[in-house]
Amino acid sequence: MKSYVMKIDKSNRYLMGVLLIIPMIFLVLGVYGGLMQTLFRAGIIQSDPFMGPDYYKGLTMHGVLNALVFTTFFAVAFGNAVVSYALRMKLNMTWAWVSGILMLVGSALATLMIYIGEATVLYTFYPPLKAHPLFYIGLTLLVVGSWVAFWNWIPLYLKWRRENPGEKTPLSVVGIFTTFIVWQIATIPVAVEILFMLLPWSMGLVNEINAMLARTLFWFFGHPLVYFWLLPAYVMYYSYMPKLAGGKLYSDMAGRLVFMMFIVFSIPVGTHHQYMDPAIGAQWKLLHGFFTFMVALPSLITAFTLAASLEYAGRKRGGKGLFGWMFKLPYFDRDRWLFSYLIAGLVIFIFGGISGIVNASYQLNTAVHNTAWVPGHFHLTVAGPVLLAFMGMSLYLLSRYLNKPVKMKGWALSMPYIWTIGVFIFSWGMMRGGLIGMPRRTNTGPSYANQDSALYQPEWISYIDISVVGGVIMTLSVVIFAVVFFATVFAKQKEGEATLEFPTTEPYHDEDVPWLKNFKPWVIAAIIIIVLAYTPVIIDVLQSTAGGSPPFSPENPAPLR
Amino acid sequence: MDKSEKLALGLSGLLLAAFFLALIYAQVARGIEVPTCITDVEPFTSDTLFQIDENEYELHMITRMWAFEPSSVTLPVGSTVHLYVTSRDIIHGFKIEGKNVNLMAVPQTINYIPVTFNEPGEYFFACHEFCGAAHHLMAGRIIITDNEEDLARADLPGGER
Repeated sequence: MKSYVMKIDKSNRYLMGVLLIIPMIFLVLGVYGGLMQTLFRAGIIQSDPFMGPDYYKGLTMHGVLNALVFTTFFAVAFGNAVVSYALRMKLNMTWAWVSGILMLVGSALATLMIYIGEATVLYTFYPPLKAHPLFYIGLTLLVVGSWVAFWNWIPLYLKWRRENPGEKTPLSVVGIFTTFIVWQIATIPVAVEILFMLLPWSMGLVNEINAMLARTLFWFFGHPLVYFWLLPAYVMYYSYMPKLAGGKLYSDMAGRLVFMMFIVFSIPVGTHHQYMDPAIGAQWKLLHGFFTFMVALPSLITAFTLAASLEYAGRKRGGKGLFGWMFKLPYFDRDRWLFSYLIAGLVIFIFGGISGIVNASYQLNTAVHNTAWVPGHFHLTVAGPVLLAFMGMSLYLLSRYLNKPVKMKGWALSMPYIWTIGVFIFSWGMMRGGLIGMPRRTNTGPSYANQDSALYQPEWISYIDISVVGGVIMTLSVVIFAVVFFATVFAKQKEGEATLEFPTTEPYHDEDVPWLKNFKPWVIAAIIIIVLAYTPVIIDVLQSTAGGSPPFSPENPAPLR
Repeated sequence: MDKSEKLALGLSGLLLAAFFLALIYAQVARGIEVPTCITDVEPFTSDTLFQIDENEYELHMITRMWAFEPSSVTLPVGSTVHLYVTSRDIIHGFKIEGKNVNLMAVPQTINYIPVTFNEPGEYFFACHEFCGAAHHLMAGRIIITDNEEDLARADLPGGER
């Protein structure tokens, strides 16, 4: 594979500047919220200087900005870059801008509604808690904007296939398309929930809502959302990390197989978030549990392929013996600073993955459901490999598109390791606390962590305090990142044209596998399995719910109408 | 795919199969269940404790912003409780400390799990789904005792309301 350098035109440069810089501001705001939550829960503060005294308002902001807004923006920005680079084609800039503007307007609306206290519903927005209609409209615009971005790539892909008959699509493009195929399918149920249920009910056009159905549609979307976060990181792991490490991808076929398996098994798994729910037959929950184990398989394959690729790199760099190669990887190489973001994320993900399998394990979920274990777990996934890969790549793309040098590379390089220490401490506190019953989404400060309260739970205190220590370290590393990122934004432009080059990896084993060349059979298989897995669930929910619910405000036990 | 890849794939598959079989074993051989779809129980709007056999009780529990009804139940050691839960307003949930009980309470539905208490003690539970401004004050407990006085005061079946 010859390396290719893509020239960047002005419109592309401005668009990507917007798509990378604005979500970084949202992310930093969200991280600030995260720090405040750990302090609230330990009873150290009773009010947050920016968001006010309402813990749950801040928590909503944290979840929406970090898990929904930042991730969606990044996936679109990264997709724009990867598709145009790897296919060597120009994006249609009109639609790329339309997509960006829709996402911006949507995010701004949703954020504003949360800020003025009209949408304190957390990022899962379960009815019958009601948010302002503009909150739901904002989220819809964010999602529609990401759809437009995807639709903008499809003609390029089809053209490339026509012009390169019989050739393998670049693996990075397969990964990006997998991400957005999963996203396109999975956002349909949440679109139905928002457009046909939440929005008319929130506007007062209908009086009641089926809370159980809405919740089920949310999780129909809510778990594939996790893979929408994870898959762009997988693209970097497969396509760029081995090259950064100085090696090759152990198996190209494994990468393609992994992505196709994600298309098939990412979606029919949502009720594993609802094991403890009423109104869904236990046998269907078990079926979703089975598919969840199936979707763990591509991640186990990935663990092998990436370890083998890194071993190859380490040995090429002179590593000897069974483990010697591990010490030869470029953990602290300033010129390959991006490697540190990827490797640190991978290490965190070992624990994220294991705790995820615990969550998926049907009855075992009884021990952890809605306890602090769960945020402990997902800070090892979405706030581990996903966050670090997204931050690292944001900085990488920013410097290329704006044609500016990355500033303070030493700090940029150390940030992921500091984050890793912080998130391990934080998650350990949360998970241990969760195992002895500490609930998630709960402001323990005034009650369970308060010595003067009748509800005081002394055995939870040390775990709550540990999460503060972790949270402070995590915040510190994000501050370091923000300084590096904005120092790069305001750095002096380099001489010459802006260009983009990805460190694209060559395969070590390269097989030509016809059945992995086309998305179509995999998408059809996915749709069949989704219909089989979700039809009985929806029927159960409809048959066992007795009517609907009026809207409620979080402030008052009496219904709003 | 080379030999080592096939081996890794096979071992991964076996590992997951073993995990999944463990779940089936826990359900079939040990009888550990998760809540299922209930259609044969009439919706209820007030909390009640029924004694259905010598050591067997049926508890209809209501969750609301921001309390469990009943918030405290006293029962003798060895009691089996058939726990039915619904919500009067929005979504709530709880996990009983030290027990395999973890339930979501969703309005317009009924959730159910049976549980047996063989050890005396106070079994604490806190609302674990965000339910508004005073969510963190919503908690309850089940008191399991052999003390005749405590049980007499609890005035079974009916418990403390």
